[in-house]
Amino acid sequence: MLTRRQFLKVGVASGALLAGAGWLYLRGAPAPAPGLKWLDARGRSIVAALAPVVLEGSLPEAPPARAQALAEVVAAFDRAVSGLSPAVQEEIRQLLALLGIAAGRFIVAGVRSTWAEATPDEVSAFLRRWKGSRFGLLRAGYQALTQLLVAAWYGNAASWERIGYPGPPALGERPA
Amino acid sequence: MISDPIREGIAAGWKAIDAAALERDLDIEVDVVVAGSGAGGGVTAEILAQAGLAVAIVEEGPLKSSSDFRMLEREAYPQLYQESAGRQTKDKAITVLQGRSVGGSTTVNWTSSFRTPPGTLAHWRSAHGLARADEGSLAPWFARMEERLSISPWPVPPNENNDLLRRGCEKLGIPAAAIRRNVKGCWNLGYCGLGCPTNAKQSMLVTTLPAALAKGAVLVHRARLERLVVSGDRLVAAEARGIAASGSPPSAHRIHLTARHFVLAAGAIGSPAILLRSGLPDPHGLAGRRTFLHPTVVSAAVMPQPVRGFEGAPQTIYSDHFLDSVPVDGPVGYKLEAPPLHPILAGITLPGFGRSHAGLMKEFANLQVVIALLRDGFHPGSPGGRVQLRADGSPELDYPLGEFLWEGIRRAYLTMAEIQFAAGAKSVLPMHEDAAPARDWAQAKAAIADLPMAALRARVVSAHVMGGCPMGPDPRQALVDERGRHHHLANLSVHDGSVFPTSIGANPQLSIYAHAARMASDLAGELAPVSPRAAGRS
Repeated sequence: MLTRRQFLKVGVASGALLAGAGWLYLRGAPAPAPGLKWLDARGRSIVAALAPVVLEGSLPEAPPARAQALAEVVAAFDRAVSGLSPAVQEEIRQLLALLGIAAGRFIVAGVRSTWAEATPDEVSAFLRRWKGSRFGLLRAGYQALTQLLVAAWYGNAASWERIGYPGPPALGERPA
Repeated sequence: MISDPIREGIAAGWKAIDAAALERDLDIEVDVVVAGSGAGGGVTAEILAQAGLAVAIVEEGPLKSSSDFRMLEREAYPQLYQESAGRQTKDKAITVLQGRSVGGSTTVNWTSSFRTPPGTLAHWRSAHGLARADEGSLAPWFARMEERLSISPWPVPPNENNDLLRRGCEKLGIPAAAIRRNVKGCWNLGYCGLGCPTNAKQSMLVTTLPAALAKGAVLVHRARLERLVVSGDRLVAAEARGIAASGSPPSAHRIHLTARHFVLAAGAIGSPAILLRSGLPDPHGLAGRRTFLHPTVVSAAVMPQPVRGFEGAPQTIYSDHFLDSVPVDGPVGYKLEAPPLHPILAGITLPGFGRSHAGLMKEFANLQVVIALLRDGFHPGSPGGRVQLRADGSPELDYPLGEFLWEGIRRAYLTMAEIQFAAGAKSVLPMHEDAAPARDWAQAKAAIADLPMAALRARVVSAHVMGGCPMGPDPRQALVDERGRHHHLANLSVHDGSVFPTSIGANPQLSIYAHAARMASDLAGELAPVSPRAAGRS
């Protein structure tokens, strides 16, 4: 359990890092990763690390189907962000930039390994910490990331059978 | 084969211009420019066009119609909602569902139709000085719009999600009743929120807008109204630009609209934003203030039997007991309803992540969901939010949830859980990050009493944005008069939910329709050279 003083330190550090990450971004937004509209390579690696943890228990178990589902989740996340207003896109870009620099990942998210190497336990601990944070900014970051991932998966018809959703009805003749 | 009245109308020669596809600047000269094509804009456009006035309707969203409505959330949210159904208040604590296509929120709403409650009108008379806010003089306007939009009792039995709300209330002796709907030949599919694929919902898209277009009105869609141009005490023009999608930058080509009169009906975030961007006279700083949301909290129950909340008309049963049993300006009251359930909407509303979230989603077909809509704006503890502009000119709503509302939210969680257990729930979970499923009412009661009431812990949503350009006789408290006319500019009106001085305390579409019809009829009488009736007689 962090003390109040530690929490405050984290808050100040996050603010400074956010400002720094924003500045880094202003030096030139990296190009989208191949095949994506919005996420750059670093953002993609973060989303790819979060997806299996956020969606644990809801993804297919067979490795090929699971890999395909995860790739589709990343692509749907990418499409969803590109449809948000420019101001909100910018906020998410800053959030991913903060998590993408080593200092941000380590100090604010508490994840020691790089995103590509982070264990599910490390990622899960990060999400729990932000979910319960006393800082609205971090709780908002948690909700943005988890909700975008959840929406990316449950918009996909491959997720529906497990939850007992038959999909939209066919439009034949109007029922009597 | 379901016919598509919009595509047929376009083929028959309606004037619909896709501003995002323009290859040069465009000048439009009409009698009246209407900004927005939702509940206020649609009604206004029809009445003005039928009075023989030349009307241009400017809509930021795209023109989508029944052939496009495929009942898929992943398509509907980006196409038909502001910010892909992810619009949020400034601190991200409230998610605001608001339409963004031709027809505005009426294209995607859940068809609930209520007249403005008498208690709300009485409060508007006593606290806000509105002389015309009385049931008697509004009744003909409600009746007119009810007839126009086929608003009538829904004769089909409620789906299980709604019937469980009814049964739970009945067990506890809480009055509940059926909701009237604006539908004609409804198939009872349950996908109203994703655009009606059968054109049964009598939204603006299939009623007033086609009527206005048939009378020669011009619809400019995918066009963002950037600002109104003022000269002296009059507006002389409106400037718009094409915009392909909400995430896109505006196009290079401008649309310059000149008119005798301008009507704002861009919704309670959009209309104040246009006023603020245009720097129009506002000596008392009212534009965008006192914006209300009916902040809404959610409770999910797992039932032993299938509920299948994705099937059948949503929101067909309601209870006003917790509005009617408290004074309108006392502790906050709330309305109870039962929404539709779709996978994305349920997924982003259920708290947690990983295995616990997956476990809740596995119960999707057995989930019963109740929502409580809080009646904000009637008490000093509920001053509403404020629409502000970001650096890029886009609007942002700052809506802090204060102690007054948190107290009501806790009561609402208790009410919903008690009703759900009375209806036979196996477990009940308030949509709150710190909540765990409760196995019985006693456990729920204790757990809810301990839940921390804080932003971004409780899930709070809104589908009803109201206020921000309040009407009233006193220019120190109101931006427009009761006819919707701006207090400081001779040829500007506001005809949408932003004119309400408080929230409505009921789903607002019918309130907007009736008030807009009354305002637009006044305006038509003033602007139209010869009334069509007189012309017909001559």
